[in-house]
Amino acid sequence: MRVGVVTFPGSLDDVDAQRAVRVGGNEAVALWHGDEELHGVDAVVLPGGFSYGDYLRCGAISRFSPVMSAVVDAAGRGLPVLGICNGFQILCESHLLPGALIRNDHRKFVCKDQRLRIENNRTPWTSAYAEGQEVTIVLKNGEGGFVADEQTLDRIEGEGQVVARYLDGNPNGSLRDIAGITNERGNVVGLMPHPEHAVEALTGAGTDGLGFFTSLTAQLFDSAR
Amino acid sequence: MPKVVVDVMPKPEILDPQGKAVLGALPRLGFSGVTDVRQGKRFELELDTVDDAVLGEVEKMAETLLSNPVIENYTVRVEA
Repeated sequence: MRVGVVTFPGSLDDVDAQRAVRVGGNEAVALWHGDEELHGVDAVVLPGGFSYGDYLRCGAISRFSPVMSAVVDAAGRGLPVLGICNGFQILCESHLLPGALIRNDHRKFVCKDQRLRIENNRTPWTSAYAEGQEVTIVLKNGEGGFVADEQTLDRIEGEGQVVARYLDGNPNGSLRDIAGITNERGNVVGLMPHPEHAVEALTGAGTDGLGFFTSLTAQLFDSAR
Repeated sequence: MPKVVVDVMPKPEILDPQGKAVLGALPRLGFSGVTDVRQGKRFELELDTVDDAVLGEVEKMAETLLSNPVIENYTVRVEA
């Protein structure tokens, strides 16, 4: 499958994400923030970093980049989209996912190997995991606190939209220990930890993140390109 | 040149770590009596003219880009 990885001005993990896509057995296609179309990719990854310098709010300016208009349209038709860290922030700012990410409650940047529980393996990005599987994936963020009002939190919990939850302590003050969520349809996933940094034993704590990049091939789904 | 000011503040129920950091620093500098600090953003928009239509546009700017309604409230006012 051809997986587009968007580079925004300020993206840091786009090349890691491209590599992870290839390690996961798919073809990585570089997309640019100024692209007005998605060049026929079967899925899109929005990588981590500091798009547009994170000025105004994280992800707020990226949301209005040309490529995001195409991503929002395609996501609405069912295209699988994975936003990692800054990409998660962009998805929330784009209203593809509910809630918002705010500065960590302890006000410090955090960088650590983080234990997670995969709560939902019915997305195109998590089908390679067992439901309830516990994994270790590196986390690095300054604004990773997931917030939403109580009604929204109850709704996404009830609908099974929590994809991953922090274990062994909450690293950033995210409400209900939420580390990742999906939209109602299940094709758009936002995740604060970085699975693209956990696909090869040489450079990380392990390869627990690889499932996010092999799930596309593990599960058949309707491509919406 | 008329100026319109948009003030954006974190919603009261949303944690404001920046405000908390400022609150924590004040006593260290010898300032006492402050019981809470909330930190927001102020945008100053300079415009050719200001009328109801323009203010309607500014409302849209404030709602779509300048603030995130999930976590922030905003106010719009014309500054003489």
